[in-house]
Amino acid sequence: MGQITLKKVSKSFGDVEVIPPLDLTIEDGEFAVFVGPSGCGKSTLLRLIAGLEDTSGGTISIDGNDATEIPPAKRGLAMVFQSYALYPHMSVRKNIAFPMRMAKIDQAEQDRRIEAAAKALNLTDYLDRKPGQLSGGQRQRVAIGRAIVREPSAFLFDEPLSNLDAALRVGMRLEIMEMHKRLDTTMIYVTHDQVEAMTMADKIVVLRAGYIEQVGSPLELYHTPRNVFVAGFIGSPQMNLIEGPEAQKHNAHTIGVRPEHIDVTEGSGMWKGTVGVAEHLGSDTFFHVHNTGLRDMITVRAPGEVSFRHGDEIYLTPKADVIHRFDEKGLRIA
Amino acid sequence: MATQQSRSAARMMMAPAVILLLGWMLVPLTMTLWFSFRNYLPMRGGDQGSAGFDNYVRFVSSSSFWPSVQTTLILVGGVLVITVALGIVLALLLDQPMWGQGIVRILVIAPFFVMPTVSALVWKNMFMDPVNGLFAHIWKFFGATPVEWLSQASIPSIILIVSWQWLPFATLILLTAVQSLDSEQLEAAEMDGAPFLQRFWFLILPHLSRAITIVILIQTIFLLSIFAEIFVTTGGAFGTRTLTYLIFQRVLESQNIGLGSAGGVYAIILANIVALFLMRIVGKNLDA
Amino acid sequence: MARAVTNNRKALNTAIAWTIGLVIFFPILWTILTSFKTEAQAISDPPVFLFFDWTLENYSVVQERSNYMRFLWNSVIIAGGSTILGIIIAVPAAWSMAFVPSRRTKDILLWMLSTKMLPAVGVLYPIYLIFIKLGILDSRIGLTIILMLINLPIIVWMLYTYFREIPGEILEAARMDGASLREEIMYVLTPMAIPGIASTMLLNFILAWNEAFWTLNLTAAKAAPLTAFIASYSSPEGLFYAKLSAASTMAIAPVLILGWFSQKQLVRGLTFGAVK
Repeated sequence: MGQITLKKVSKSFGDVEVIPPLDLTIEDGEFAVFVGPSGCGKSTLLRLIAGLEDTSGGTISIDGNDATEIPPAKRGLAMVFQSYALYPHMSVRKNIAFPMRMAKIDQAEQDRRIEAAAKALNLTDYLDRKPGQLSGGQRQRVAIGRAIVREPSAFLFDEPLSNLDAALRVGMRLEIMEMHKRLDTTMIYVTHDQVEAMTMADKIVVLRAGYIEQVGSPLELYHTPRNVFVAGFIGSPQMNLIEGPEAQKHNAHTIGVRPEHIDVTEGSGMWKGTVGVAEHLGSDTFFHVHNTGLRDMITVRAPGEVSFRHGDEIYLTPKADVIHRFDEKGLRIA
Repeated sequence: MATQQSRSAARMMMAPAVILLLGWMLVPLTMTLWFSFRNYLPMRGGDQGSAGFDNYVRFVSSSSFWPSVQTTLILVGGVLVITVALGIVLALLLDQPMWGQGIVRILVIAPFFVMPTVSALVWKNMFMDPVNGLFAHIWKFFGATPVEWLSQASIPSIILIVSWQWLPFATLILLTAVQSLDSEQLEAAEMDGAPFLQRFWFLILPHLSRAITIVILIQTIFLLSIFAEIFVTTGGAFGTRTLTYLIFQRVLESQNIGLGSAGGVYAIILANIVALFLMRIVGKNLDA
Repeated sequence: MARAVTNNRKALNTAIAWTIGLVIFFPILWTILTSFKTEAQAISDPPVFLFFDWTLENYSVVQERSNYMRFLWNSVIIAGGSTILGIIIAVPAAWSMAFVPSRRTKDILLWMLSTKMLPAVGVLYPIYLIFIKLGILDSRIGLTIILMLINLPIIVWMLYTYFREIPGEILEAARMDGASLREEIMYVLTPMAIPGIASTMLLNFILAWNEAFWTLNLTAAKAAPLTAFIASYSSPEGLFYAKLSAASTMAIAPVLILGWFSQKQLVRGLTFGAVK
């Protein structure tokens, strides 16, 4: 079990309201990702759920029981911190055992769970080492192991991969996803990286300045961003947002076209421009196109074999059915 | 990281220390204040009624008051000048590459760990004794008449003893500061052709200023209440009666609690003025 | 700012530094040497430096005559007791200040430190009276409490600077792992802060060991520690250099050794973390 419901939850530090009252439900077994730029309140929201911060208002319930006043130790949640927060003076085994020791679980059961976790996380050979002797990725695994053995009703991850290098990050991402499939436990994952959000989440919660901008599955967010902010935040490379006459042609204040929804041709098309930088990824090529008169630069994603060069004149044609339209307030026009 | 729960736990856990120190500060202080306005002579029947501000006036107008303030200032000032100046020299020296650096450092630091009563006694008898003291032997070796250190040059002698005790502290802290000096900056200055004195004056000394302030302020607090060194060597004779010692004599030797307490209040005021400066500086460093 | 230099320069540095170091250390060295001399050699003219008949006689005489062991025991109990008591009171306080800071934390810390600056002589008589009233004059427990109180601000402060270096996330992790506050402090904070706690204890042990105002003024025969033991050599025994030296050596040796071992950690505590 692990359904988490926030009702009118808010948080202020002194006079500064970092999270205005918000409602949110995370279903049992769901992988929810809080994503947003730094300072958007996503970590604070996670810490409110964890009980590491008091709410300034509203109620947090876990599995239908009001947990607002329950101390973090008693909420039955496990957390993986950005800095891993391993106990440096304890061996890996002791680190993993710590929550069970606190819960007074008997030794045989402790050993059983440690062995199981160590095996699942490839830590068996390292159980007697201190965290200081491990690599970043291994420390991350220990932190996860320490969370797993508690058999919590939900896992909370606070930017767990941001201290790892790029290659490791992809690997750990997959491991966490596999772990989620295997355990089928609720997970709440905080990140500023929209790629992590898109690849991992069942449900993405996009936050900005404490407000929830949109809640939905990755594809919902991709296909129907509710406003300009979500449109610009989700998707890589970023959506091209165009204002002015071109937008008015579509009866909108702003239109958005994703780079992958633009056709590039040499001969003729809707918009004309000059190629600036071309980023060749092999499978794809990203062109930065200037002088279109629409905005500074339009990013276009073309197949890898398309090879225009710096200074070439090209024509761009957006796919008509995937142009996103937004009004003056930045809200999506259906 | 703070929830209501952890905040109230924090208050609970801070309470013992705060309450103890509050009691430690307030109870005796109140009593001292009370006594200072009383005519309190335990040997002659105890509390003989209110004295108004008599004790305060008498303490200040007694012929020993100003000399004791002067002695205190000379003692504190002398020790500060010696320890800071030598401390800087020693810190710069110890920072240079050499063989056996660790051992030299241990030798230099040792006096700090010597009990004040021990150092006072050893200096008094084995070095400053006019007959058998080591200094006397040295003086005689050069054909000079041995000096009766603690009576003829009492204040310089005590300054020497106290400086010896505090030099390690100054050196240690200044050394730490010197070691944090950016060597590239110094090398750049050297490349620019700045001679040592200029480098010292414009780079090293400003860098050390914070450490020097700390040395001065912490030492001042301790030096103002110097006791054992005087108690053991001269017993306050030969012009070595500091304010602290004068109060001590009023309280314990003359058994005039009222008068002594008034003196105590003066000493507390004096210490608080110094403390105020120290707090300002330490307080600033808290945020850093 | 140490840099590579020629060996000549290094030799010169070495010579100067060692000379100064030995001059500063000389009074201690001289005391230790003298403690192994006979009384006659101790005052011989000219003084003998190393070539004398080494003897341990002074040590046994000092122990016999002044009962050194009893003073030593008092010192150990008072210095050790006040340090342990202080730590027990200070650890929770420092935890609060380091990990649950409020707007008043800084003021409280500064205020605590300011009590350290209360001149002892100003409150000598009140304390004396209180001690008589409580019947703890010339008792180890009385001195232990006084020394604990005068050093408590320093203990809190030092622990605070050490604790602040421990990442709060680790304590939060313990909380998430189901640890109660007591368990969090006992199993996570304290073991992590062991080096800091150890050096705090060392410094305070040394300060308490050497404290010479309260120990001289509040004790007579029963609870007197080594400071009083040595003060009693002021006269006329002070003229017996060899015995004085033996007594002195015995009084300072424990702390001298402790201090040397922990000098690096002591510096930081002494500067209140203000000099890095």
